[in-house]
Amino acid sequence: MSATVIPYDVKPHPLTGMYNGKFGIWLFLASEIMLFGALFSTYVLLRVGAPEGTWPIAGSPTTRGDNILQVPLAALNTAFLITSSVTMVLAWANLKMGSFKKGQQFLLVTVLLAGAFLVVKYFEYNSKLHHYAVTFNEHFDRDGVESKSFKGLTQAGTEKTIHYLWGHVEETKKDADGAIQSYLFMPDHDTSHGGEGHEPKAVEIHPAEIARMTTFGPGGSSFLGCYFVITGLHGLHIVGGIVVMLWFLLTGSKMWKTQPDKYANRIECTGLYWHFVDLVWIFLFPVLYLL
Amino acid sequence: MGSSAHEIQGHLKKYYMVFGALLVLTGVTVAVAEFHVSIGMAIVVALFVASIKGTLVACYFMHLMEEKSMLIWILALCALFFLMLLLVPMFTIGEQDAGLMERMRGLSPN
Amino acid sequence: MSDHSHELPFWKKYIFSVDHKVIGIQYTVTALLFLAFGFGLMLVMRYQLAYPNQPLPGVFASVLSEPVVGEVTVNEATGETGKVLTGDGYNAFGAMHGTIMVFLAIVPLAVGGFGNFVLPLQCGAPDMAFPRLNMASYWTYLCGGILMLFGFFVKGGAANSGWTSYPPLSLIATTGQTIWLLGMVILITSSLLGSVNFIVTAVQLRVQGLSFFRLPFFVWAQLVTSFLLLLAFPPLEAAGLLQLMDRVAGTSFFDPGGLIISGVERNSAGGGSPLLWQHLFWFLAHPEVYVLILPGLGIIAEVIANNTRKPLWGYKSLVYSAIFLGFMSFIVWAHHMYLTGMGTTLSTFFQATTMIISVPSVIILTCLVISLWGARIRFNTPMLFALSFLPMFAIGGLTGLPLGLTASDIHLHDTYYVIGHFHYVVAPGTIFAMFAGVYYWYPKASGRMMNEWLGRIHWFGSFVFINAVFMPFFFLGMAGVLRRQFDQTETLHGAAVQGLTVMATWGAIGLALAQIPFVINFFWSMFAGQRVGANPWKATTLEWTAPSPPPHGNFDAVPVVARGPYEYSVPGESEDFSMQATA
Repeated sequence: MSATVIPYDVKPHPLTGMYNGKFGIWLFLASEIMLFGALFSTYVLLRVGAPEGTWPIAGSPTTRGDNILQVPLAALNTAFLITSSVTMVLAWANLKMGSFKKGQQFLLVTVLLAGAFLVVKYFEYNSKLHHYAVTFNEHFDRDGVESKSFKGLTQAGTEKTIHYLWGHVEETKKDADGAIQSYLFMPDHDTSHGGEGHEPKAVEIHPAEIARMTTFGPGGSSFLGCYFVITGLHGLHIVGGIVVMLWFLLTGSKMWKTQPDKYANRIECTGLYWHFVDLVWIFLFPVLYLL
Repeated sequence: MGSSAHEIQGHLKKYYMVFGALLVLTGVTVAVAEFHVSIGMAIVVALFVASIKGTLVACYFMHLMEEKSMLIWILALCALFFLMLLLVPMFTIGEQDAGLMERMRGLSPN
Repeated sequence: MSDHSHELPFWKKYIFSVDHKVIGIQYTVTALLFLAFGFGLMLVMRYQLAYPNQPLPGVFASVLSEPVVGEVTVNEATGETGKVLTGDGYNAFGAMHGTIMVFLAIVPLAVGGFGNFVLPLQCGAPDMAFPRLNMASYWTYLCGGILMLFGFFVKGGAANSGWTSYPPLSLIATTGQTIWLLGMVILITSSLLGSVNFIVTAVQLRVQGLSFFRLPFFVWAQLVTSFLLLLAFPPLEAAGLLQLMDRVAGTSFFDPGGLIISGVERNSAGGGSPLLWQHLFWFLAHPEVYVLILPGLGIIAEVIANNTRKPLWGYKSLVYSAIFLGFMSFIVWAHHMYLTGMGTTLSTFFQATTMIISVPSVIILTCLVISLWGARIRFNTPMLFALSFLPMFAIGGLTGLPLGLTASDIHLHDTYYVIGHFHYVVAPGTIFAMFAGVYYWYPKASGRMMNEWLGRIHWFGSFVFINAVFMPFFFLGMAGVLRRQFDQTETLHGAAVQGLTVMATWGAIGLALAQIPFVINFFWSMFAGQRVGANPWKATTLEWTAPSPPPHGNFDAVPVVARGPYEYSVPGESEDFSMQATA
């Protein structure tokens, strides 16, 4: 530890009304605003520039993210984060009122809610990464499963019909050398024309018939790229917050005994960061899922 | 900064009220989206509600209302540059030669 | 306050130190090494440019290998071979020269080095506001730098899409580009940590009596710089992340789709915008120009005030200009992009803001020049560098105007003229300021003076040769030689002005030799320089109140400030300088 005493380490500076740490965290948050601002700007640009019918992914009936994302899960996550924000501020308030035990309990609840957010996010990501969009070279029709079509524009600006199917890969058949022979593909119920009212059935697709095959992962479309990068970065912020809060849960009592004010300040700074993470999500939720 | 134990006791109620408001507004956002209004309207409503929620979080949970003017000025500066950033899409699309967007329309899974 | 400093073990005192002075020196030394390395890359490139496809001289040939250089037969009869720089090698060296000089050398030197060492001292603070964050910032910088260099050893060599990394070229470049992006993200994180620390220190840790308008101009320059780093760097971090995703995760933020590479279409969803990268990149990189120059201006202001023995002329104008400059730097970025098909309304807007931003720059320069008026100037080494800075910065700044006007930019864009312009700002501009700073604060850091005669030789050589390097660039550019050309003799108009390129190369070699006295001086003075007390230059600002070198915790007693920063030759005082701190 440094032997020097830094002024305004705990007490607020008369001019700014903040102690060093709080001023520092606010400046950091200002830079975070610019970071997410650039990503948000990217989203707007790509969305406005996307030709009709390609947002959020080629063939979508509307431009809303809920064509491919699950709103209920995201709404649940919004509730988790909002609640965690309030428990965070209660943790600080209790520490300020001198109740270490209650403060730490609220901090623990915050961590748990953050963890719940990540679990939900995991399921969301996972379903995307195992969901496939297949574009065919030409109209596909086998065993009663037909491809859907969509009129897009080529690089040169001429119209081109795109034949595609969404679904899951049940099985990948390979030959002895490991080269892919065919996929057993289970089309989504709503995209397959075959067998309305019946259970959808799997169909065999050969690599030679496929123009492009991609998951609904980051490479699936511009929208999915934005979705994964922005929520991914937001998720990393959640992870960072969890690490810091766990650290205070484990080591807090030591500092509380000697410097209770400083400890409450640290929780306040953590809280400012945490509320910011919540705030970002408040904007991400409608922008990515509902618009 | 309301830092005395007594003052904070008074804040607690406010925190719960803000919490309730945030949950209600989340519900409103989802509900409005369910009506499938026109896209322009949806953007206005969604961003308006999100802004209210954001303001509540910043003002009450982050205590921005109690901060001194220096921080507010710094954040205002940041907000201004943030707006500049949001103009980037306009600069890129609005004023570029029309052919560029046409050429960008290769798109689609192809 | 400093009673614990001698108890620290060596590794805590000098390696993982939390003392801002040690961290400042670490930054300075590391950045100077990167500066030398970046300069070395440039020498190899200059040799290729002056003597296209001729074997490199032994010193370079021995350290370079595939894929940077290729074997050629020099003499058919004897079968003697030599090594020449390859086109890919040239591209990699060019990209890395720019990156290293800007992000690993100048910024860390100007902000990390001088800012760290001087700013807390000039504020009368015992240390930075967050000493451990400060240490983290240095180590993050070092990791980012080493990672950058690691790019040279991956398959395909280092990043070779230019320091601006424009897509779609950078999307299809070799692995080096991925390393470059990772390195950039780490470096940006480091400067964010640093800038938060600087702002908090300058605002909260000023001692009693040191109001904002009693701060030395150097602190103001650092404060504005820190705000630029804080708010302009994140968009590039975001852009870097997006490009990284484009390269490793298959996204298409900057890929419009339909890219044909070696006859095969790149597998992507398309729909991206290459221009978006340019906007996000220049949103940072224009403020970055002021990050490069403002700390330099701060150093020059200190040195000039001290050696003219007069108050700076127009201190408040300097401060307001610096703030306005910082603000305006956020709304001029698209003047780097006139040739992207931008419409006339938009280019007119950016043309206007670009002309406006030149006003505060000129005010600053004018204030510094007028400060010389009627002074009895002490021509010591720091002052010589400061004095030569003024015309060099003026040349650099004024040649920027034709680039800010669309009509002339259409002709000059992407030619050597651009290179000449910004190198005049950064090399004989900022780097001269850095040298002035090293000579000026060396006694504070080490307790010993640097040798004056070696310093003068260093200054004279640098001043002559640096002009020999960069002045020809303006003529090359106006002759139409493109900035990233591997061999200009392949074009008729290039071959006609090859003589100027040869001159610039020999200027660069001369410049390299001129640094030898500096290196000798730097190390020799550490042990044999004349020992000095707290205030060898008879200066006024707070850092000269502390002992030389200052102990951990800086000041023997917390200073109290009673005056402005530049109270030299105050009538009625017994000395020609009145220090800020009351005794």
